[in-house]
Amino acid sequence: MITRRAFLLVGVATAAQAQLPPNIQQIRKQAFDEAIGKVVGNAPVQEGRVRLDVPPLIDNGNAVPLAVEVDSPMTEADHVKAIHIFTERNPQPNVLTAHLGPRAGRARVATRARIADTGTVVAIAQMSDGSFWSHSVKVIVTLSACLEEGLI
Amino acid sequence: MARVVVNVPAEAKRGEVIEIRTLAGHPMETGFRRTQLGELIPRDIIRTLVCSYNGVEIFRADLHPAIAANPLITFTTVAVESGTLEFRWTGDNNYSAAHSAPIKVV
Repeated sequence: MITRRAFLLVGVATAAQAQLPPNIQQIRKQAFDEAIGKVVGNAPVQEGRVRLDVPPLIDNGNAVPLAVEVDSPMTEADHVKAIHIFTERNPQPNVLTAHLGPRAGRARVATRARIADTGTVVAIAQMSDGSFWSHSVKVIVTLSACLEEGLI
Repeated sequence: MARVVVNVPAEAKRGEVIEIRTLAGHPMETGFRRTQLGELIPRDIIRTLVCSYNGVEIFRADLHPAIAANPLITFTTVAVESGTLEFRWTGDNNYSAAHSAPIKVV
């Protein structure tokens, strides 16, 4: 026979399993910083030259249009090598890495992303001279991605 | 057979920057979702898209679970010569799709 105590214990254990850890924000922030660190290393990231186009208010986080444009002449000597997009609050911070070259003609990439929660979206451009430029946008998400059919 | 759609202008002037839009039919299962019974749904995503122009790689993208289902990727290239643009998607569970589009440069 199941006693009341045993029943409650099972309930508490299940609830604890289903919940996200209490320091989830800290964990996500750490993962976010780590992912950016992996790309840029110790090089400084400067603001500017990059324009990240994302709607500031997102109704549905499951398909968010993102466009990144970098101000670059795209010549053999001076071009964008890669564009990286990160989000702050997703279970994994990476969204897209696009490798370009002088044959791209123009440094512009667009896609549709999943964004889990209100937070920052960052685009970082890696130039051929080794410098990094970024643009971050704060977005508000009403309906989070990844949440349908249960938990994250 | 995997379904893909690619939009490349049929004709372009030499040196013109053309926009290429690619769309692949794929659920992009993140690996973070659970079924109603609490079982984790395994990850199943497209990981890379490579585009080559007459055999030379001009664009490569690494995709992550944060890309929406049916990944749409838009990029640009310079129309240098007539030929074909080849697209290849690869992903988890041996997913692979290919498409080629002709381009005429005048």
